[in-house]
Amino acid sequence: MNEQAFYTKDLSVYYGEKQAVKKISMDFPDRQVVALIGPSGCGKSTFLRSLNRMNDLIAGCRIEGEVWIGGQNICDPATDVVSLRQKIGMVWQRPNPFHKSIYENIAFGPRYHGIRGRKELDRIVEDCLRKTALWDEVKDRLDQSGLALSGGQQQRLCIARSLAVKPRILLMDEPASALDPVSTAKIEELIGELKKEYSIVIVTHNMQQAARISDRTAFFFLGDLVEYDDTQKMFTNPSRKSTDDYLSGRFG
Amino acid sequence: MQATTSKVRSDASPLAGKRPKHAREELRGRIYIYFCVLLMIVTIFSIVYFIASRGLAPFFSGDVGIGDMLLGQTWRPEGAPAAFGAFPFLFGSFATSLLAAIISAPLGFCASIFMTEIMPKFGRTALQPAIELLAGIPSVVYGFVGLSVVVPFLRNNFPGQGIGILAGAIVLSIMILPTITTIATDSLRSLPHGLKEGSYALGATRWQTISRIVLPTTLPSLLTGVVLGIARAFGEALAVQMVIGNAPVIPHSLFESATTLTSVITLEMGNTTSGSLHNNALWSLALMLLIMTFLFVFVVRMLERRTKR
Amino acid sequence: MSPRTVDRIATGVICAVAALIMAVLVSLLGFLLFRGVRHIDFHFLTSVPQTIKAGGGIGPQLFNSLFLLVLTMIITIPLGIGAGIYMSEYAKPNRLTGFIRLVVEVLSSFPSIVVGLFGLLVIVNTFGLGYSLLSGALALTVFNLPMMVRLTEQSLRSVPREQKEAGLALGMSQWKTIRSVMLPVALPSIVTGTILAAGRVFGEAAALLFTAGMSSPRLDFTDWNPLHPASPLNPMRPAETLAVHIWKINSEGLAPDAPQIAAGASAVLVIMVLLFNLGARWFGRVLYRKLTAGK
Repeated sequence: MNEQAFYTKDLSVYYGEKQAVKKISMDFPDRQVVALIGPSGCGKSTFLRSLNRMNDLIAGCRIEGEVWIGGQNICDPATDVVSLRQKIGMVWQRPNPFHKSIYENIAFGPRYHGIRGRKELDRIVEDCLRKTALWDEVKDRLDQSGLALSGGQQQRLCIARSLAVKPRILLMDEPASALDPVSTAKIEELIGELKKEYSIVIVTHNMQQAARISDRTAFFFLGDLVEYDDTQKMFTNPSRKSTDDYLSGRFG
Repeated sequence: MQATTSKVRSDASPLAGKRPKHAREELRGRIYIYFCVLLMIVTIFSIVYFIASRGLAPFFSGDVGIGDMLLGQTWRPEGAPAAFGAFPFLFGSFATSLLAAIISAPLGFCASIFMTEIMPKFGRTALQPAIELLAGIPSVVYGFVGLSVVVPFLRNNFPGQGIGILAGAIVLSIMILPTITTIATDSLRSLPHGLKEGSYALGATRWQTISRIVLPTTLPSLLTGVVLGIARAFGEALAVQMVIGNAPVIPHSLFESATTLTSVITLEMGNTTSGSLHNNALWSLALMLLIMTFLFVFVVRMLERRTKR
Repeated sequence: MSPRTVDRIATGVICAVAALIMAVLVSLLGFLLFRGVRHIDFHFLTSVPQTIKAGGGIGPQLFNSLFLLVLTMIITIPLGIGAGIYMSEYAKPNRLTGFIRLVVEVLSSFPSIVVGLFGLLVIVNTFGLGYSLLSGALALTVFNLPMMVRLTEQSLRSVPREQKEAGLALGMSQWKTIRSVMLPVALPSIVTGTILAAGRVFGEAAALLFTAGMSSPRLDFTDWNPLHPASPLNPMRPAETLAVHIWKINSEGLAPDAPQIAAGASAVLVIMVLLFNLGARWFGRVLYRKLTAGK
């Protein structure tokens, strides 16, 4: 267990009276990709969004249980949520670059966190764009709007943006589901690179994708964590029947 | 592996070291917006307080009775004995604004039906911008048009001088047309699609669908627009004042000179000394306007509650 | 009568009404422009009005209207955006928020003459600002603020939620996220709405009769020191605006050419409103394109 970057303990999420996530305990190993799969409405996105307290924004949403990250229970009301979120990058289903230039999209975060030097910022921008394999495509037009890029490029820009504030963890909510197959392949390749430095949690609808990119897979159903195991084992020899049914396409 | 974890953490620490900054910034931002909101609340309370304190003065001092003012028919502020009957003004205000609504509401409903049911494309590209433009024209310009077109027209075709309730109502009806039309159009557009199609599927004609399904369903919203229009007409000052003739009497016909609350205030407020009984009586009229505003807001809220249900 | 006949008649009536409204608008604009534009020339736009002689202009009034608009917007925009941010981002669904919503609604329904009277009582007399541009600007702020608040609130609400979350996920405070991420996205619609609101402020008269006053001192357009009493920029001087001027010459104009001046001034006012309308649409489009696409 000493490898784990973070873990949850009995985490429950309620929307009003409805319990969307039911007492889930999971540990996330350092520098591995964990895929969360399951049918729509199974609570996997809600679970992901409670890992950086993004559910706080949703009125009527309530969290019980614990999420431990770096020796800190972030569900504790005293937690400095703003500082916490800096350590956790997030990528959404729809690419959502800021309405700013490509350069600004990336430099905006680090500058806010106190990095002022132009050279230092230039270095961070280049570094993040290289990590996301975007540098060669955009290096000549860094002052163009981020919205002028293609969908796949926008999504990689959003990943680069989240890397710029040096997170330890990346949360991805179906990052490739709005993209074409070529862009999807690029994102998947990128995730393989990124796991050398970051712990990644990814929600996906696409079971083949989970099988391709993740080290461990968690199967959610109706707010419960049905099974959580090494991806290889899960896809070849699941221990629960409902997992097998879902993976073989008998429902969901 | 322990070493790795600590390395990652020390990576983050130069950034995380700025902890209080975001909290201070958040606090500054919140103080600013709370100040803005507070200012709004203070403004509204001081409007009510100041106007009420001046407007109630004639009643508290015992110079004028509330009943005498509301029902009295003679306004003779400088006479001896002075009389402060505001009934003609109330009558004029209600008559012009209600009449304006009676003229404007059918026109507005027809326009919105035209824009949503009959020719949506032409409506969206021509009629709607045109009506929005009407809303932007300043009220003094409406007054000017009233004086130079409506009044001469009435003078030539009807008995009297042309000025009076009808002239005021016509000018107001054009002014409130955008309010009524816009709200009606919005509510017609937001009607669920299946509702109309169901009716057409049963073989109903367009007019049957509109009159039996569309209008009854959207009635509360349509009324909301009408009430907002009346509220606007009731409070309008200059356009009405310019065409109504400003005689403090209850007219016997639509073509005789009359006046409204706002017109009296506009004309007399500048000519009275602060603190005099006449001046305070004018503030009482302003207080009536204020109370009517609250009443209109209340009615609109009631109607909106019915819309939501 | 068969339903089909009724339907035809109703359709005909509705189309006729729509045509009538179009005709009224076209003839209204045509009348104003046709009657007025003949009197508009450089002399008319720049010279001072005459009380009893013919040949007066509207120069100072036009300047006053524009200057008053600028002053009002300087005060209104920051306040309106601040309160709008509260309504859209910070207000929790509770009774206090319901109450503040009511305040905005009531404030926006006050007749402008009531706002003007409040200005007379509080700003002009109690604060001792007198009949002045500043009093007028403050009264117009009361009149304009609710519009600005609603506009900001609606524009911020239409910003996609992911934009806000992206800012927060980078470890920014809510305030910074709103200011630097959400406001730029909302800006095109805020700007468009603000220009439209400016058109309304430009034509407002009732709220100004007893605050900015109905007279204008002799202005010295060579003196741009805001502290001098004859300087056009002095915010403490009384100022008759274009809209107030139109009202005054219609009700008590003594100049022999008063009807022509009224027509000319009305045309100027309507042209300005048209420009604000078109400007708002154009500017909103340009800004949108600039912020979303490349250069």
